[in-house]
Amino acid sequence: MYRYFSEIFSGLWSLIVGMRITLVEFFKPNITLHYPHQTVKMPARYRGHIELIADEEGKPRCVVCGMCEKACPSGCITLEGEKPEGSKKKVLTSYKLDFTKCSLCGSCVDSCNFGAVEYSKEYNLASTRKEDYHFDLLKRLEDRHS
Amino acid sequence: MTEPIVLQPDETFVLNVGPQHPATHGVLRVKMTMDGEYIYNAETVIGYIHRMHEKMAENRTYSQYLPNLSRLDYLSAMAYSHGYVLAVEKAAAIEVPERAEYIRAITVELNRISSHLVWFGAFVLDLGGFSPLMYAFDDREQILDLLEGITGSRLTYCYFRFGGIYNDIDEDFIQGTRQFIKRMRKALKMYRKLVTTNIILIKRLKGIAPVSVDMCQRYGATGPVARGSGINYDVRKNEPYSVYSDFDFDVPVFTECDAYARYNVRMEEMEQSLRIIEQGLDKLPDGPVNPEKKPKAIKLPPGDYYSTVEAGRGSFGIRIVSDGDKNPYRLKLRTPTFSNMHLFDEACRGMLIADALAFMGSLDLVIPEMDR
Repeated sequence: MYRYFSEIFSGLWSLIVGMRITLVEFFKPNITLHYPHQTVKMPARYRGHIELIADEEGKPRCVVCGMCEKACPSGCITLEGEKPEGSKKKVLTSYKLDFTKCSLCGSCVDSCNFGAVEYSKEYNLASTRKEDYHFDLLKRLEDRHS
Repeated sequence: MTEPIVLQPDETFVLNVGPQHPATHGVLRVKMTMDGEYIYNAETVIGYIHRMHEKMAENRTYSQYLPNLSRLDYLSAMAYSHGYVLAVEKAAAIEVPERAEYIRAITVELNRISSHLVWFGAFVLDLGGFSPLMYAFDDREQILDLLEGITGSRLTYCYFRFGGIYNDIDEDFIQGTRQFIKRMRKALKMYRKLVTTNIILIKRLKGIAPVSVDMCQRYGATGPVARGSGINYDVRKNEPYSVYSDFDFDVPVFTECDAYARYNVRMEEMEQSLRIIEQGLDKLPDGPVNPEKKPKAIKLPPGDYYSTVEAGRGSFGIRIVSDGDKNPYRLKLRTPTFSNMHLFDEACRGMLIADALAFMGSLDLVIPEMDR
């Protein structure tokens, strides 16, 4: 008999305690952001899709060694280069990223020994067309430096 | 006029829960044969999100397989990567700097708390309480921000590398984590008052869904499910790996075998994880986080290698069979939820359907992980 009543009272008390917590939370300030009007700043190490890095002259630092292409688990990267006459170094002629397959693991940036690729901070990448995710990184680099 | 349907006294009907059902938290299908409100027989059907992770391992190099590990259990991805890198490091005899091991332990424990917070919110939501989910996600958000700051990613981290980690932690992370520990201790007290001692939760969970020690052993259940049935087994204590032997922490074990015991194990585990993180930050040694000579192309000597870690849901084992090639010959993933879920079929017989859903929540199922 005693247990029966004590359970009723302790049960009721637990509900009151719970309601009090909910009430206190109710008057606390809002912690969510209204997304399109307010945005979060991405941290410095945010891993977006990759982007080529330019040297002082605005040319890509890439030496077309193909390490990133080999390191990529999903085969998103295709790059081509050629040796201009009289030059020892290869010059990048095309760097394509198929972002539809990319899982943002960072293996390409890790594998690069020349510091030629970095992560972009871009995350607003919604589109209904697949082609929008086939990035021509060389063209993007030229656009940034023109 | 049509006659109303009258069930015969011994008649049963089949109820399909899932593959798209909010209570299964993923694409799990449970075929329940019902006798009125009671479950006569249940059969769990998996395979709706099978992605051939084991087969994929055979077609890519050891380092190319790293991102896959985060996609098994998206809630505690760190622990799964940890198991994999440990297995490969053991096989290839790669030395790991001590600082890297400490950072691994800290991030894995943070990830364990965030995983338990999702479980906590979703479990209470299954039982009909909505607001705890919001509080849990608020706390989890702090962890995600901390981990995003150092790894660059919020869920599928891919932070560990063979022999070390992707990049070192900074002062912001250390300060942020210390603040988070204080905040989380306060929050855990609040959860205790709001949820753990709540009469509705106690009535829904106490004495519900008993899972005996024998059943746990027969199905190979591990983690909080086994510890809620009184089995004192935690890989971090029983077979210490990484730097876990340096930490002073307890393994919560409850002997009631019911859903409330499993609930309490996880709530206690969060407190213990906070202790580990605190000790890890205090003891964090200086030094490099990657070996001097970074291993590039990894080839394991021919042989059979196994390594196991304590993930958020139980013991996660990984077996690598190597023939000396740059790809594994065979890679087997032993995921905890796969074993934990299969005792559901046997244990839920004769249970009310509402209790069975509470039972399913208390098992903490992550479908992509069991169905890899």
